[in-house]
Amino acid sequence: MTKMLMIYPDRCTGCQNCALSCSFHHDGEFRPHTSRIKVFSWEMEGFSMPTACQQCEDAPCVAVCPTAAMYAEPVASRVAWDEAKCIGCRMCTMACPFGAVVYETQKRRIVKCDLCDGDPQCVPSCPTAALEYVDETDAARARKRAMATGFKKTFEEVK
Amino acid sequence: MHGWIGTILRVNLADGSIKKEALDRELAKKYIGARGLGSRILINEIDPKIDALSADNKLIFAAGPLSGTNAPSAAHYNVVTKGPLGGTIAASSSGGVFGPMLKYAGYDLIIIEGKAKKPVYLWINDAAVEIRDAAGIWGKAVPETTEAIRAATDEEASVACIGPAGERMVLFASIMNECNRAAGRTGVGAVMGSKNLKAVAVRGTGAVRVADAKAFREAMLKATDMIKKHPVGGGGLRMYGTDVLINILNESGGLPTRNFREGVFATADKVGGESLTKNILTRPRGCFSCIISCGRATRITNPKYAGFGEGPEYETAWSFGPDCGVDDLDAVTKAHYLCNEYGMDAISMGTTIACAMDLFENGIITTKDTGGIALNFGNAEAVVEMTRLTGAGEGFGKKLALGSYRLAESYGHAEYSMTAKKQDMPAYDPRAVQGIGLNYATSNRGGCHVRGYMTAVEILGNPIKMDNLTTEGKAQWTIIFQNLTAALDSSGMCLFTTFGIGGDELAALVSTATGVPYSTEEFMKAGERIWNMERLFNMKAGLAAKDDTLPPRMLNDPLPAGPCKGEVSKLSQMLPEYYTLRGWDKDGVPTKEKKAELGL
Repeated sequence: MTKMLMIYPDRCTGCQNCALSCSFHHDGEFRPHTSRIKVFSWEMEGFSMPTACQQCEDAPCVAVCPTAAMYAEPVASRVAWDEAKCIGCRMCTMACPFGAVVYETQKRRIVKCDLCDGDPQCVPSCPTAALEYVDETDAARARKRAMATGFKKTFEEVK
Repeated sequence: MHGWIGTILRVNLADGSIKKEALDRELAKKYIGARGLGSRILINEIDPKIDALSADNKLIFAAGPLSGTNAPSAAHYNVVTKGPLGGTIAASSSGGVFGPMLKYAGYDLIIIEGKAKKPVYLWINDAAVEIRDAAGIWGKAVPETTEAIRAATDEEASVACIGPAGERMVLFASIMNECNRAAGRTGVGAVMGSKNLKAVAVRGTGAVRVADAKAFREAMLKATDMIKKHPVGGGGLRMYGTDVLINILNESGGLPTRNFREGVFATADKVGGESLTKNILTRPRGCFSCIISCGRATRITNPKYAGFGEGPEYETAWSFGPDCGVDDLDAVTKAHYLCNEYGMDAISMGTTIACAMDLFENGIITTKDTGGIALNFGNAEAVVEMTRLTGAGEGFGKKLALGSYRLAESYGHAEYSMTAKKQDMPAYDPRAVQGIGLNYATSNRGGCHVRGYMTAVEILGNPIKMDNLTTEGKAQWTIIFQNLTAALDSSGMCLFTTFGIGGDELAALVSTATGVPYSTEEFMKAGERIWNMERLFNMKAGLAAKDDTLPPRMLNDPLPAGPCKGEVSKLSQMLPEYYTLRGWDKDGVPTKEKKAELGL
């Protein structure tokens, strides 16, 4: 059973507790700028969208990496990397369609979601359950249920 | 440093100088940050007697030691200055992301001095700070200003700005950040306008560090859990926003109606939180690091007022609603949007219109004054139009821009202004909630509920339930709330966290973040120190015990109906006890002994 990070932007309030807990967990300081999860907000419309690495199965960052530092870890259902092999070329940054991986020269490191090795800290920090870490085949269950609930209401009204 | 960053940014708009100074850690320990530390620095540097809108006044943007951490709902910063509305010390708090962003950029606070020769804005990009020409954005509303500055600087910049109301020095102009978050009260936006400063934009990519990460995390998790389990902090506020209070206060008989003539409004539920949720809510919103999410993203579909934004809050649903005799949620929400866009305090705007309606219905002003508009209570369209006129600086709006006290006084009838120290009282009638009346009368920034929220004990039963109509014990509790709030405002936390946590948890968060071991007593003592410091400033500015009062209507005219029928404010019974318990003399002046005890 493999899990995925499921994002519900419709539940997101834009508070960025996910970004705060991410940087605190990884770096022991509060620095949302280098958080591995990032929230974009449209204040007037009241909409926010957290973004993070999608842990692609056929990942462009892995394919493009010249030293095989970036690699797929199917058991954990994530894309991981080997600091020792990384040459800091930033090809992964250029290849990723989600903008989910960057390289930070100051600390000589790749900054990307590692799912906190199976216990993503952003998930319990979210006050509205806009983030869930769930079995990947159950990930869409809440949406299915919402659709079914809507149908149920309609059905009852017709009856 | 931990918690604090350790750097102050000082900008002089007159000569264009920009300096970075080290934060005095001993001073920070004593006054915590934000409201307390900002006020200490302001008071050290300005003459209390200056005109608030003169170039001699200073404007301080101050974050707290918890701002930028993941302490629950710790996004707040304070704008500290001498306020033009009441001539008092003015610390106005706002959430959003501005405070944390300021710290990530590397500063605890910004001190702004002097007046720019022409409109400018300040752009802080980590260590790089520059004063930029604002000619192209002067005159723009808040959302357009925010968008234009982000386009010219960085898309992630947090922008704290004034709208056209602040530029024209409307006496209750606000400073807005992230478009919808307001340092709303006391007229801080007018001070910013008087300095020709349109905005402060900041982007920070640095970090905030805490002294003891493990202990801080434990304190954070405990506080978070307590707030989440609280029926208000984790329930009502998230579910319905602050507007949840409309029906509660109406049922208590303390919802000020028609300029505080009455305490019950028959159709209040139409503008209450339940109605808001059903009719206009898009989704709840939270400030940075917030776990409560009381913010309301809303959309009006009614073509007459169509639009979107945030709000209304309880206070504004009330000020434009029941206080003006209005029950039209769309109109109320539109008026709130206009306040956000023009940059005005939506409490004082609504109550000033209510005051004008009272003057109109009593024949003191006529359609000749109002530009032909019949300002009767219940006229929802007029409420929206008066708000627009005030923001745009047109017609009768120019008079409303002075606030209700100066408006009513200009017609020889100051008694129609529902203000304490010239600032409008918010949405809790002092005749129905006795302790909140004492708090309004003694508040260091005039009529204000968030200086000592006695409604918590008198109506909501948090942390204990007191009889709202008696005076016994109210002085003591008012002092506890005032001191706690002063310390909390200084930490960077949101006041709403007190629906869940208290002094113990706040002291633990500040201690583990800063490495300064505050006991609960020391934390509360810091709050008391801040309160007394503010009081001493106000007295030097010319205020005295005679100003610790309420409008005559509150003291003399009984509530005509509802659960509190026949009640007046018993302020005179509470005030002497309050002075005594504060350690002040009979004239309300802190004694030498008290000053020595607090290190003032």
